[in-house]
Amino acid sequence: MKHDHDITAATTTLPDARAGTLGGTLAETPHESAPKHVTGRADYTDDLVLPEGALHAYLGLSTVAHGRIRSMDLDAVRAAPGVIDVLTAADIPGHNDVSPVQKEDDPIFAETEVMFHGQPIFAVVAETRDQARRAAVLAKVDYEELPFVLDPLSARKAGSLVQPGMTLRRGDPETALAAAPRRVDGRMVIGGQDHFYLEGQIALAIPGEDDEVTIFTSTQHPTEVQHMVAHALGVPAHAVVVNVRRMGGGFGGKETQMNLFCCVAAIAAKKWHRAVKLRPDRDDDMIATGKRHDFVTDYSVGFDDEGRILAVTGDWYARCGFSADLSMAVTDRALFHADNAYFYPDVEVRSHPLRTNTVSNTAFRGFGGPQGVIVAERIIEEIAYATGQDTLAVRKANFYTDGQLTPYHQPVENVILPQLIGELEGSCDYAARRRAVLDWNARADASGGVIRRGIALTPVKFGISFTATHFNQAGALVHIYTDGSIMLNHGGCEMGQGLHTKIVQVVAEAFNVGVEQVRITKTTTEKVPNTSATAASSGTDLNGMAALDACNQIKARLVAFLCEAKDAEPGEIEFLRDHVRVRDEVIPFSRVVQTAYLARVQLWAAGFYATPKIHWDRAAGRGRPFYYYAYGAACSEVSVDTLTGEYVIERADILHDVGRSINPAIDKGQVEGAFVQGTGWLTSEELWWDDKGRLRTHAPSTYKIPLASDRPKVFNVALADWSVNAERTVRRSKAVGEPPFMLGISVFEAIGHAVASVAGYRECPRLDAPATPERVLMAVERLRSADTP
Amino acid sequence: MSDSMNQQSGQRSGQQPGQPIRFLLNRTEVTLTEAGPGDTVLDFLRLGRGLTGTKEGCAEGDCGACTVLVGRLHQGALVYEPINACIRFLAACHGCHVVTIEHLRGQDGGLHPVQQAMVDHHGSQCGFCTPGFVMALYGLWMTHEHPTVVQVETALQGNLCRCTGYEPIVKAALAAGHAGGQARDALMQERAEVTAKLQAIAGSRADVSRGDERAIVPADSDDLAHVLTDHPQATVVAGATDVGLWVTKFLRPISPGVFVGHLMKDVAVADDAIRIGAGVTYSEFVPVLADHFPEVEDYVLRIGGWQIRNAGTLGGNIANGSPIGEMPPLLIALGARIALRKGDARREIALEDFFIDYGKQDRAPGEFIETIVIPRKGAALVAAYKVSKRANADISAVAAGFRVLVEDGIITDARVAFGGMAGTPRRAPAAEAALNGRPFAAETFEAAARAVAGDFTPLSDWRASADYRRAVAGNFFRRFWLEQSGAAAASGMPVRLQRAVAE
Repeated sequence: MKHDHDITAATTTLPDARAGTLGGTLAETPHESAPKHVTGRADYTDDLVLPEGALHAYLGLSTVAHGRIRSMDLDAVRAAPGVIDVLTAADIPGHNDVSPVQKEDDPIFAETEVMFHGQPIFAVVAETRDQARRAAVLAKVDYEELPFVLDPLSARKAGSLVQPGMTLRRGDPETALAAAPRRVDGRMVIGGQDHFYLEGQIALAIPGEDDEVTIFTSTQHPTEVQHMVAHALGVPAHAVVVNVRRMGGGFGGKETQMNLFCCVAAIAAKKWHRAVKLRPDRDDDMIATGKRHDFVTDYSVGFDDEGRILAVTGDWYARCGFSADLSMAVTDRALFHADNAYFYPDVEVRSHPLRTNTVSNTAFRGFGGPQGVIVAERIIEEIAYATGQDTLAVRKANFYTDGQLTPYHQPVENVILPQLIGELEGSCDYAARRRAVLDWNARADASGGVIRRGIALTPVKFGISFTATHFNQAGALVHIYTDGSIMLNHGGCEMGQGLHTKIVQVVAEAFNVGVEQVRITKTTTEKVPNTSATAASSGTDLNGMAALDACNQIKARLVAFLCEAKDAEPGEIEFLRDHVRVRDEVIPFSRVVQTAYLARVQLWAAGFYATPKIHWDRAAGRGRPFYYYAYGAACSEVSVDTLTGEYVIERADILHDVGRSINPAIDKGQVEGAFVQGTGWLTSEELWWDDKGRLRTHAPSTYKIPLASDRPKVFNVALADWSVNAERTVRRSKAVGEPPFMLGISVFEAIGHAVASVAGYRECPRLDAPATPERVLMAVERLRSADTP
Repeated sequence: MSDSMNQQSGQRSGQQPGQPIRFLLNRTEVTLTEAGPGDTVLDFLRLGRGLTGTKEGCAEGDCGACTVLVGRLHQGALVYEPINACIRFLAACHGCHVVTIEHLRGQDGGLHPVQQAMVDHHGSQCGFCTPGFVMALYGLWMTHEHPTVVQVETALQGNLCRCTGYEPIVKAALAAGHAGGQARDALMQERAEVTAKLQAIAGSRADVSRGDERAIVPADSDDLAHVLTDHPQATVVAGATDVGLWVTKFLRPISPGVFVGHLMKDVAVADDAIRIGAGVTYSEFVPVLADHFPEVEDYVLRIGGWQIRNAGTLGGNIANGSPIGEMPPLLIALGARIALRKGDARREIALEDFFIDYGKQDRAPGEFIETIVIPRKGAALVAAYKVSKRANADISAVAAGFRVLVEDGIITDARVAFGGMAGTPRRAPAAEAALNGRPFAAETFEAAARAVAGDFTPLSDWRASADYRRAVAGNFFRRFWLEQSGAAAASGMPVRLQRAVAE
């Protein structure tokens, strides 16, 4: 092969080049946007410079929980200053529906019947956001009010499901329960949770020529937004482009919830041929968008005198809100995690996704899993208090061993939990600290002390993969430009989790260049199509492998080119830091790229990945829904004030399994953040509806997420650095987004432990969630009055 | 958040508008002749000036994403404090230096030490809250070279992060403190220049309008008295930590808005009483408490976040009339009186008499609270308690102030007042009766704990149920006894949760 440029011209020697994987995987590379975050120069959708003449939309919301619209008088809205016009269901050119599961039960604008207080019924479009917002409250809507149900138990009575429930069954639990030496039946009430992403819902639509529209938004699922906007406009998907540079937090709250906002902005943009932005106020955002599911769970467990579980049955009743949204998959996942880390020899668990006249519940970090896990941990508590044991001893007696079957008949393999628990137990000095806690409480008993202590060590085992198997695919696009700089795109979205940083690292490592040489740009449906939501903790697993596939294709071409140019064998070629070695020659990477270009070698590639091995038959309740499991454990110690029910987390120790970490700093950040968010779910975060069906905790003044001062006073977080994913994931890492959320359960159980001390630990404290100071104090009083006949 | 005085109307006065609002924004001098009383700093920054580094997270002063520093002359010195731009009105910036994230830089023009520490410690994930955290930490860094963990946490009570769990942010704050460089910081070096510019504005009145809406910033409290005489139905805006929400959440007109947050800042300590200007903020009040009522400093530090405490005023918290404001129960228990002024006429009343009924206070149109008079503690035992779902920066479900005088083992004067138990902050007469004249003993407080149930008929709402409120109200008496009797100390067991972290 002849070249115009001699490839050896810039050969250098670089003796320690091989050492350089700095910035590749295993490095604590800062977030790719960190300097922009701290200077305020990271642009979120609301920061984008608007096109000339941009308009602003605002939603008009229903004011009753359930009713038929008799009449809607929008004259005052139209007449308000700055108003262009209003949009109602009649103005939607295509489908009036944003159901992500094609149930046609999720209208953009309610047409004849409103199903919850706060449901969008129209939008007003005006010159400024302030004008639109002021106009929206001028609507006069007359409703025929209808009966409504708000909570899972009333919904069970009303009997309407948003989608069919699921049953997982193995063995003969009825017989096993009847035969068990001991049995406990109980009920647990589990609250929902608002995502409280700091950046709210937002959509900016810019009309293009013909039927085209471009959306800038903050969604976890650009492809779904693309389809929803296409359906709403009645145009093909190829007319719609959806762009996401970054989100100011998502947590599941922007998986499906952004669809409606994007559709409204797009309809308005096409109608008036002007750019249209829609950003609700925080209160409207919290009222009109979905949340984590609340559950009421009835459970029965049979066990022996040593505390070994013999059989479990349970019913998970979920508040799903007015429409299906993702509730079927969420309630399915609650059952998939109803065992957490414990083998149930005979088992049947059932889900009941119930329709309520509340905002439709949606994805939230853990996706139903936490509401399964926490019931498994309640069952452990029941057994421990019933048999007078430490909850950790009961846990150890019931952990899965290799090859045992889950309730969905997937064998649990590569069990590392006992090792992980053992290590944490040692590093946090569990046994001695538990003795100290018991001693503290004994002294409090003796002296009338009002501050009690509690401690708990709880595990998590979390299944990784979308349970809808077809979502487990991803694409990526890698360009190398002729100067050697690399542009990376993939189907995942950055919401703070460090996904882009990790995938930049994967690509940088693949070519052995510095991370600064790889630029990642916005996620866009124009570059990588047919993507799945960035959800289910899967972002790095899926998109990292797709990016690696693209890199490997380009590398294979470069190697083939070098082999031919240098008459070398592939084994003689090595990618060194910023260089490529061919036998004894070390050539700068940029030079290799340049010469390859001149030799007409394709320097870009589209990568693809589909997770192997997984399959799932929902009707049969059998399969392998999960590619692998991620594990973790936390030990939390709390102090509880028995005069007020308030508490502080004295200390938390976490050991978490992320396989071989791609970026330990980012992974640790996910673990710490998830733990605190999980703790918030179970302590101070309470959703409260009044008797009219109005959510009254709809702003940070009334809905209280944890503060810096609520985190553990001592917080030791470590990754299980010995863990390597047994499956062939990207760099043998494991997913990290959701699993550590459930480590917050250790705090919840520790609070219960402190509460139980007031009655000599004779009774399971049976705290409901969230354990607000009020619930804690009421539990203290309940146990005390039960204990003193 | 509860703060600021109310009443509203759209009446115009004979006074001449047209005196501009003047302030510094980063390096720019801003002069506004046209503005409405409800114009917020945040909208001005983002929509008016394209300074999009300051974010809107909640528009109610609870998340801190919009945190900016405001520098102002206080007793002749230039002080910078973080505040919430979302509920800070532009008119209240008259004579101030507004500093946004865009102004922050290091010595070499690169990252500031606070920003660098946030990068180094992985303190940002989604990054949306980050500029607000950086600004709060900047405010801390300027005044605390080596902050403790508790000081960092206290400085961050007004900033929500949903991603990190705060651990890396706290580490970054500690590291930035240790990195030093305060003396070389831009705001320190520009100090003389900025002070001179603000002095040139100080003491001037501003009076601006947009359409029918008008905002007046009186030059001093005499000017305020005259302005309110001319505009008796004006909305008096102090820290705007509540009035801000009338505008951002309820879209209520507040014109004419009369801005008083810069006035009535004096604190005078006499032998019998401490006289506090109504415009003293919580943050300015904390050192006074530390000197004279150290027992309740922690109680006041649970009010709002740092940004709210830098804005909200004692006078506002009282005049607002909220049944759940934190200051009234404490101040009523302490026997505080308030001085009201209308024109040149002044009167003084007991604070408890100010609260007539829910939403109704003893304040005439055109009248304003000028001074709060707090009797010195003497030998009295003082305490203040509150419960809320979240320990910090949460409105109380129940709050209580105690002032108990014990002579020769007998309780001779007990004043106990509650918030969150009725439509107004109120004393607990039955409980006080159970204490007065009785021995200072456990049984006495047990009796008061039972008696207080008869004093109130609390509501159930999203903050707490009536049952919980009643239970806690009783337990506050038990806590008071445990703390004050020394009984608990003898056992070596704590009576309260320790929030401080061992360093």
